[in-house]
Amino acid sequence: MGTASSAENWMQVRPEGLYCAPADIYIDPHQPVERAAITHGHADHARPGHKSVFATPETLAIMKTRYPDDAPSMKHLLNYGEKTDLAGDVRLWLAPAGHILGSAQVVIEHANQRIVVSGDYKRHSDPTCTPFEVVKTDVFVTEATFALPVFSHPPLGHEIDKLVRSMSLFPDRAHLVGVYSLGKCQRVMLALRQAGYSHPFYLHSALIRLTELYEAHGFDFGEWKPVSDYKGREKEIMRGRIVLAPPSALADRWSRTLPDMLPAMASGWMQIRARARQRRAEMALIISDHADWQDLLQTVDDTGAKDVWITHGRVEALEHALTQKGIRAKALALVGREEDAD
Amino acid sequence: MEAFATMLDDLYFTNSNLAKEEILANYFRSTPDPDRGWALAAIAGTLNFDLFKRNLSKSLIAERMDPELFALSYDYVGELSETIALAWPVSENAVRLNRLPSLSEVIREFQSRSKQGIREYLTTMLDNMTPPQRWALLKLGTRGLRVGMSARSVKRTLARMKDVDLEVIEELWHGLEPPYEGLFAWIDGTADMPDVSSAIAYLPVMLAHPLDEEKDLERISPATHQVEWKWDGIRVQLAANGTEARVFSRTGDDISRSFPDLLGAVDFVGTLDGELLVLPEGPDGAVGTFNDLQQRLNKKKPSAGLMQRLPAHFRAYDVLNLEGENLRPEPLAERRRRLEDFMDDLDPFRFSISQLLKFENVRDLAAFRDEASASSGLLEGLMIKDRSSSYVSGRPKHAWYKWKCDPMLLDAVLMYAQRGHGKRSSYYSDYTFGLWNEAGDLLPIGKAYFGFTDEELKQLDNWVRSHKQQRFGPVQEVKKELVFEVAFDSAHRSSRHKSGFALRFPRIHRIRWDKPASEANRLSDLEQMVGQNRSHE
Ligand SMILES: [Zn+2]
Repeated sequence: MGTASSAENWMQVRPEGLYCAPADIYIDPHQPVERAAITHGHADHARPGHKSVFATPETLAIMKTRYPDDAPSMKHLLNYGEKTDLAGDVRLWLAPAGHILGSAQVVIEHANQRIVVSGDYKRHSDPTCTPFEVVKTDVFVTEATFALPVFSHPPLGHEIDKLVRSMSLFPDRAHLVGVYSLGKCQRVMLALRQAGYSHPFYLHSALIRLTELYEAHGFDFGEWKPVSDYKGREKEIMRGRIVLAPPSALADRWSRTLPDMLPAMASGWMQIRARARQRRAEMALIISDHADWQDLLQTVDDTGAKDVWITHGRVEALEHALTQKGIRAKALALVGREEDAD
Repeated sequence: MEAFATMLDDLYFTNSNLAKEEILANYFRSTPDPDRGWALAAIAGTLNFDLFKRNLSKSLIAERMDPELFALSYDYVGELSETIALAWPVSENAVRLNRLPSLSEVIREFQSRSKQGIREYLTTMLDNMTPPQRWALLKLGTRGLRVGMSARSVKRTLARMKDVDLEVIEELWHGLEPPYEGLFAWIDGTADMPDVSSAIAYLPVMLAHPLDEEKDLERISPATHQVEWKWDGIRVQLAANGTEARVFSRTGDDISRSFPDLLGAVDFVGTLDGELLVLPEGPDGAVGTFNDLQQRLNKKKPSAGLMQRLPAHFRAYDVLNLEGENLRPEPLAERRRRLEDFMDDLDPFRFSISQLLKFENVRDLAAFRDEASASSGLLEGLMIKDRSSSYVSGRPKHAWYKWKCDPMLLDAVLMYAQRGHGKRSSYYSDYTFGLWNEAGDLLPIGKAYFGFTDEELKQLDNWVRSHKQQRFGPVQEVKKELVFEVAFDSAHRSSRHKSGFALRFPRIHRIRWDKPASEANRLSDLEQMVGQNRSHE
């Protein structure tokens, strides 16, 4: 395998995003392009308007749900591990990233070199997606969303227990959990089922389409009901039950119609007290779909990469720590990544 | 310790006061003595010792963690204890505990250990704790717990548990000490109400309203009001029971340890309200500046030399009780008469009475206030009190007024910015500013983190982000281009500051987006303002 300095010749940063020149393909481009490989369905990675898209079948299904009017002229469905040869002597395949359903690392091989673009990823357990798979590589392209030593995500079960404990402490309060609609919502629901929660979930309308998509992929969340089916006093039924809504709904008028609502928020940011208070969360559930500090360092180690390119997040700290370990690390100046997406 | 940390977390994240009180009551009901009493002390702020020095945890983590990573983490989190709690790297050869000790065991251990022992114990604790537990311990250890619960709310919790009025708890409170076993026994119904009759009690102080010049001045006349200087010392309460004397700050903190010279001179039984001052030139000389007093306040065990150089002095405003007689219900005129009689006998080196200022009309008052303004901060303004007022806690309407001097103003240049804490942690909201010296260099004169609106905060934050220069850990240097009009109550010479001056209570008065930095004030302007500081007795 070759060196990274030459890898920079064929993998470049362009305004549209990370670009593999010989195959004329972008990875997670921010603007519409001719040819794109998409790591996963979150909006800051999967944009509409590309002509030809390479992604897992699940990611393509998510994109179809999110952008029903978007119609790429070519969809290349790639299962994990399935290799495809592109122009310019480039081989591309996808490996599981453990981030959300269908999330993938894009593995690109060219001129005896391998670059792994990991997208968003995590190493913690998640019943809603295939676990992260280590791919040995020359260059590892990583996120740094939680790249500070203060971020150490507790086991999922530990945080779910907080919620369960609170429901027994406050059996008369509707427990409203703020979750992102894609991935977090479904992960929290499955984890609650595994913890023995057997009542119906009550879902904000913004969470329904993607939950149904997961169901179409064989996930069973048990019984759930749209909150909008209940008017006025009928919402009394939600006392002591779990209601799920997007984070923005926590502080708005909508949530005030729930009986004696207790606002909880499920996010990796909840580790920082001030951030939790900002969200007006009375219960901070540290549930993250990204790698924490130890896992970022561990993953770089596991891949054996001598070169690490950092896409977004707390770039400085990761760059510093990797440099100390003798790894060549540099920040890519990519535009369009959402700081708060989780 | 587990239950304590969980309870603190619950309190911290809960918004409603009622729910907080419920959480605390549940904890008190389910936790044995003396743990619950120590927890009560921690939350009510009555713990009167530190378990370890604030710097200890910082030095421990410095041994274990890359300084750059620590600085980035601290910068991001914005709060030291939380940063350490989260980033603490557990040692591979850490001593492993099967369980955490109880809260009272932890306190006992810290109190009984040597300096080195404390270091080791804290390390072991941090190695064995979860981040929220570490946070609880670090906050407890340096008495920095803020869980959004006022002392009043804590007392209300106790009152509700016993189903008595809040006043009942208030009256008991200052006669009780951690870990409050007697109090809880009474609440549980297993003992009588604790007897606090002989204890030295801090009595809630009476406060003044700022004078509204439009509405209040016309109420004031020599027949109905007395007028005194408002000194720039600290308001204290001096209480003695014949065997023991204590001095409390306005908020009820016992600061006796810093003032043994003053307390040694107490030979009466009673409670006085007054101003704590220092007299570097003896009873006939000028009063020391607030900066002088600060040196005494900062020392828990003042040396003989310091006490000789800056002797503590008490200037009495009022008397609350004397020889066991409660004078608080009496009108001020009567209390003042009793105070004058009584003060006659005291040692003038340590005690004096606040002089009444003779006035006939509002013009005289304004003249006194001008005189105070010219005192370079030694006098903060005037106190104007209704002679018929009884002494009650809090801020009764139209009983006492304070008429403060106008603040001093200077145009200073923004030099450094730092991220704030809590909900301001994502903004640059702490600002250091300076004045030009003769050589054309800027020297910092102070720091402020309030005085602007949320909207201005956003604008300032933006400005800082687009005018960055070097960074020193969490401190961001900026281009020297933005002028603040800074208001402050007084300024003093200070050898601890590079500029040679320290400001009292500085705040941002106005942001002068329009003013070129070169036109900001010079240090020599400040020097002139400070001028002759010792003109007032
Ligand atoms: Zn994502």
